Amino acid sequence: MTWVGKSALRKEGEKKLRGEAKYIDDISLPNMIYGITIRSPIARGLLKKIEYLPGIDWKSIIKVTAKDIPGKNYVALIEKDQPYLAEERINHPEEPVLLLAHPDKNLLEKARKLVKLHIEPLPAIYRLEDALNRTEIIWGQDNVLKSYAIDRGDIEKAFKSAAHVIEGTYFTGAQEQLYIETNGVIATASKKEGIAVWGSMQCPYYVHKALVPLFGLPPEKVRVIQMETGGGFGGKEEYPSVISGHAALLAWKSKRPVKMIYDRMEDMVATTKRHPSKTQIRTAFDKNYKLLGLDIDFTIDGGAYATLSSVVLSRGTLHASGPYFSPSIRIHSRAVATNTPPHGAFRGFGAPQSLFAIEKHMDLCANQLELDPVVLRKNNLVKHGQTLGCGQVVKENLKLETVLDKALIASDFHKKRKAFAKKNKSNPIKKGIGLAVFMHGAGFTGSGETFLASIAAVKATAEGKIQVLTSNTEIGQGTNTVFSQMAADALQIDFTDIEIAQPDTAFVPNSGPTVASRTTMIVGKLVELAALDLKQKLISAQLLKEKHTRKDFLSACKKYLKKLGELKGFSQYKAPPNVVWDDQKYQGDAYGTYAWATYIAETTTDTRTFETKVEKFWAFQEVGKVINPNLARGQIIGGVAQGIGYALYEDVVWKDGKMANNKMSNYIMPTTLDIPEIEVEFMELPYEFGGGGSKGIGELPLDGPAPAILNAMENALGLELNQIPMTPERLLNRLEQTRS
Amino acid sequence: MKKLKLLVNSKTFTVDCHPFARLLDVLREELKLTGTKEGCGEGECGACSVIMDGKLVNSCLVPALQAHNKKILTVEGLSNKSMSPLQKAFIQCGGAQCGICTPGMLIAAHAMKTRKKNPSKEDIREGLSGNLCRCTGYSQIIESVQKCGERS
Repeated sequence: MTWVGKSALRKEGEKKLRGEAKYIDDISLPNMIYGITIRSPIARGLLKKIEYLPGIDWKSIIKVTAKDIPGKNYVALIEKDQPYLAEERINHPEEPVLLLAHPDKNLLEKARKLVKLHIEPLPAIYRLEDALNRTEIIWGQDNVLKSYAIDRGDIEKAFKSAAHVIEGTYFTGAQEQLYIETNGVIATASKKEGIAVWGSMQCPYYVHKALVPLFGLPPEKVRVIQMETGGGFGGKEEYPSVISGHAALLAWKSKRPVKMIYDRMEDMVATTKRHPSKTQIRTAFDKNYKLLGLDIDFTIDGGAYATLSSVVLSRGTLHASGPYFSPSIRIHSRAVATNTPPHGAFRGFGAPQSLFAIEKHMDLCANQLELDPVVLRKNNLVKHGQTLGCGQVVKENLKLETVLDKALIASDFHKKRKAFAKKNKSNPIKKGIGLAVFMHGAGFTGSGETFLASIAAVKATAEGKIQVLTSNTEIGQGTNTVFSQMAADALQIDFTDIEIAQPDTAFVPNSGPTVASRTTMIVGKLVELAALDLKQKLISAQLLKEKHTRKDFLSACKKYLKKLGELKGFSQYKAPPNVVWDDQKYQGDAYGTYAWATYIAETTTDTRTFETKVEKFWAFQEVGKVINPNLARGQIIGGVAQGIGYALYEDVVWKDGKMANNKMSNYIMPTTLDIPEIEVEFMELPYEFGGGGSKGIGELPLDGPAPAILNAMENALGLELNQIPMTPERLLNRLEQTRS
Repeated sequence: MKKLKLLVNSKTFTVDCHPFARLLDVLREELKLTGTKEGCGEGECGACSVIMDGKLVNSCLVPALQAHNKKILTVEGLSNKSMSPLQKAFIQCGGAQCGICTPGMLIAAHAMKTRKKNPSKEDIREGLSGNLCRCTGYSQIIESVQKCGERS
């Protein structure tokens, strides 16, 4: 029997259901103490002095400032601009300045209140526009963290010869990842033993990369271990490098293990969120409503430091023109700095922002041209052999139009549009239905995967199991289960014969980060290849034939271990053939493949309370081979739920660069009562270079809901909406605008 | 320090506790029952749900002293050697992803099913509306609870 394609049960499910899975806050080390972070109360200024007010025995408390850092004071990621602890310059509210540790948590809370930071304020900027206008220069020469320009075809000529030119501007807000387990780590540190960090994280090797320069230690003296992780969604991509460094610095100074766990308010106010964005789009159509030119200007707010903004911007830029073909195209984009905590990775990684804009814009165009939104889209959908915005020629077997048609039929889209229009006239509760058509590229962008050169390993254990060794983490999405399925099939053995090694940099190879919808597709393929490499070793040793049973295989492993010692298979990433990317022009095959989708939302808006509810949702997509239907469906529904929050509820309220509603009681995420029935359908066209034939799906479901929901609301209310989250307050303002 | 007696998962415990300690801290730190999780510390997310004398409570909002001489049920008390039908249904239907909300979700589902043996989808939505899950979008949790209803 084969395992790929079946709903194998979650590998670590029973531990989780029994409450036995160990998350970081569930463990302690002997002699362990606790650490806290003292942060800047203001957005920008110069730190003059740290004063310790009387009231406690300060000598008993371990204190770490920038001066105590043994190596380099930067969080190694892409740029080196973000300090672990501020030296003189403060660049955002909640910037870490001082670390404290003590065995007594209650005493630490007293101490927190008795630290006085003397900061001379400097003028700060909080909005995209201020960064672009250079009201203050707070980063580099011009506040621009990164910019890209894609220019193809003669865009000026396109607009001159156009029969119709339509313009729109779109805004998206910040979004909090809101994993239910906050950030947390435990660190031990000494010169002799080096550094060890256990924690909640997506990318153990990112943390490793950051700790090496912080302590100036050789890489083998730094060890990072992922514990069971209570959700990530991008929020535990880069931030764990910060908290791990802080806990390790306290451990280094105190010579004791240090546990650092953020409470919810600190986690929300101090850690990364999705980048807010502004997108301006101009489209030129000929008289047959075919796109002649697409002119997109995309800006994201990166916050005070560069962190991952350049790559978030890249993905946003490369998805900005959506699944449409235009003979001429201009996409200019930039990430700018403001004095807010750095924005960072969040499922979708720039694509939900730019796809929101293009999919809203397509409905705006359809309305202005008095066309059916489906007709206008179908008229311009990219076809096999045509190019996407990034210049990538679509070579795969593209079935997007089939996916679209299936979703239209399942949702009864056109019939409902007519029926709702009739009923809405006399009813204060307005019903609408709207759609979004989109794609999501999986894996690192451009030459990213080639640079990563990920390695996976598979090993036969003395206990008769086959162990998969990668640095890719199980964070709820099903890594353990799908890797087991793919390894079992590669070796023709049972799902239960496979075990997954805990991601621990001392034992697992660097198979890259758990991000970018790459784990199943890219690393899954590496797991299969490593398994086949192991099998080849058995064949070469004449212990196994190509055709074999499970029993043959397991007994061959046993013999090999006895006769020849360690049995391990390896594989390293190689780019699929004919994938060409030009880093200079920022054009070419941006992604090995894409998942293609159509999402449809049915909404009701009460024009007396301005509340909107999503009543029903259809999520239809082509995703290569589905490895585990049950888990894949869970990924899509969970992503759609986050997308519904992004569209309607999740509003980060900013005050002087700081999140003002940093609590679960006033930052509103969807509950069981807010999420409708979500119908999920997969179309499967196996992708040759993906594990088990898969394409990445993790991020895809965040791209479609917001534009589909706002298009439905527009359909219901007959007014243009260009901003998310569309909270009742914003909708009220918008209605008042149109009335006046 | 105050002496506190608790009947947790049918076992009696006596512990010394700080007068301001929360029930959540006593369960996790003194009794080492770390299955119960802290998500928000303000009674909003339900990750710390336990059943106290038959009532569903957020253990982050219950002063430990209030639990003196009370019967507490945590996730560790839901199964013995084999998992309960509810736990099995969560695995079969994909009701758990990252697992951090799962103990609280199970406890809330257990409390609801004690009140109503065969809840409708609407009952389940209502009964679990105090428990936040960021991974699943809830559908497969609701299906888990329903499926379990079909079996019992």
